[in-house]
Amino acid sequence: MTDIQDYPFAAPAALEPPEEWAELRARCPVARVRLASGDEALLLTRYDDVKELLSDPRFTHHLVAEDAASITANESGGVFASGDGASVRGDAHREWRKLIGRAFTAKRVSALQPGIEATARRLVDEMVERGAPADLAAALGFPLPVWVICELLGVPDSDRDRFAYWSDTLLSLTRYTQEEIDAAQAEFAAYLRDHVAAKRATPGDDLISELITLVGALDGRVTEEVVLMTAKGLLVAGHETTANMIGKMVAMLLADRSRWERIVADPSLVRTAVEECLRHDANFGFGIPRYISEDVEIGGTTLAKGSTVVCSLSAANRDESAFEDAAGMDLTRSPNPHLIFGAGPYACLGQSLARTELQTVLKVLVERLPTLALAVPAADLRRREGLLVGGLERVPVTW
Amino acid sequence: MNITVDAGKCCGAGQCVLLAPDVFDQNEDDGIVVLLDATPPEALRAAVREAADVCPAAAITVEERP
Repeated sequence: MTDIQDYPFAAPAALEPPEEWAELRARCPVARVRLASGDEALLLTRYDDVKELLSDPRFTHHLVAEDAASITANESGGVFASGDGASVRGDAHREWRKLIGRAFTAKRVSALQPGIEATARRLVDEMVERGAPADLAAALGFPLPVWVICELLGVPDSDRDRFAYWSDTLLSLTRYTQEEIDAAQAEFAAYLRDHVAAKRATPGDDLISELITLVGALDGRVTEEVVLMTAKGLLVAGHETTANMIGKMVAMLLADRSRWERIVADPSLVRTAVEECLRHDANFGFGIPRYISEDVEIGGTTLAKGSTVVCSLSAANRDESAFEDAAGMDLTRSPNPHLIFGAGPYACLGQSLARTELQTVLKVLVERLPTLALAVPAADLRRREGLLVGGLERVPVTW
Repeated sequence: MNITVDAGKCCGAGQCVLLAPDVFDQNEDDGIVVLLDATPPEALRAAVREAADVCPAAAITVEERP
């Protein structure tokens, strides 16, 4: 196949995968695609290929080389082109990476769990008070992860609506104009500068206060840059992805209500059900890019130096050679070595947190609202378009 | 069963700690894996195998010994 297809692919119904995934896995595992920017890239769709490339420490997602493809339709190229992480180097970067690693250990995350559960219960109670039908994405999916990030950063959750908007603009492929993105980024930066100043004056038990201590030896400008980068990273990686996943998870489980009933009957399935929803998600979004800084062979094909490669995690997660009945959902699947959090040395640092949030939401919902059902046919669910992270516009539910 | 971990590969995802907290822990300083029990009792082995299978960095090796 030598013709170039536009990427991301147009997909059928909101919970269904694009047909191209299965075709490419079978016939064209290294496919040429055209991105929203007009630039060309190579797309990987097989499980083994995606896992192998992501596990190779030589290649990263920093698309800062001159010949790297631009991902987005706007000029700044979006989050992958911003050089985040490159602005802190050497020892400072190692210290920074350790701090973030320390913040997201399974134990630290487990300590956050009671607060996450209390917030989830409060949000579900508020949704029930307002009455059915409700949009679960707006009532629970988006506010909960914002609460968690604000908790980590020490930001009052009265500011969560602004955080949600900034997050959307940072992840824009085509949804916002360059002016809107620039304005939002400037507001976000100004907000964080004030926040850092406040934390410097009155430190708290949060990541920002720890970061300030950590980089205290460096000059003020560097501190600000590091804090901005960290907060941006947390928003992008921790908020939008989890927020969308909550809505998609509930939609997937309710689309065939026997799935939901099975978990209501046996809540011990929550953990494996969450993993299967993560694997089965057809709307993860763009995928993970890699800049190929030296020739490498993947699945028998040489990827040339200078190429930009997009790893489709969701296509890999539907690979029949890696998962039995990959197109179906098995709520007891174990082990479930899906790739939704990436793989290798740059795998998602916040995956314990994401898992804890998703498991807590599902546990609270099956306990509190066992009669939960979609208020519209699953075929009527609509994707959020034009963002790097995929999700559903609304998840209308009754109970 | 004999477990070895490769701290150099570990990416600090914490899956192993969530699955088998009596066998795996994470260093408080950087989130890197700490092996608590290289030869866990039978009751923990299924969780250990799962942790090895799903480790995103393939940093856990499990040797099944008779």
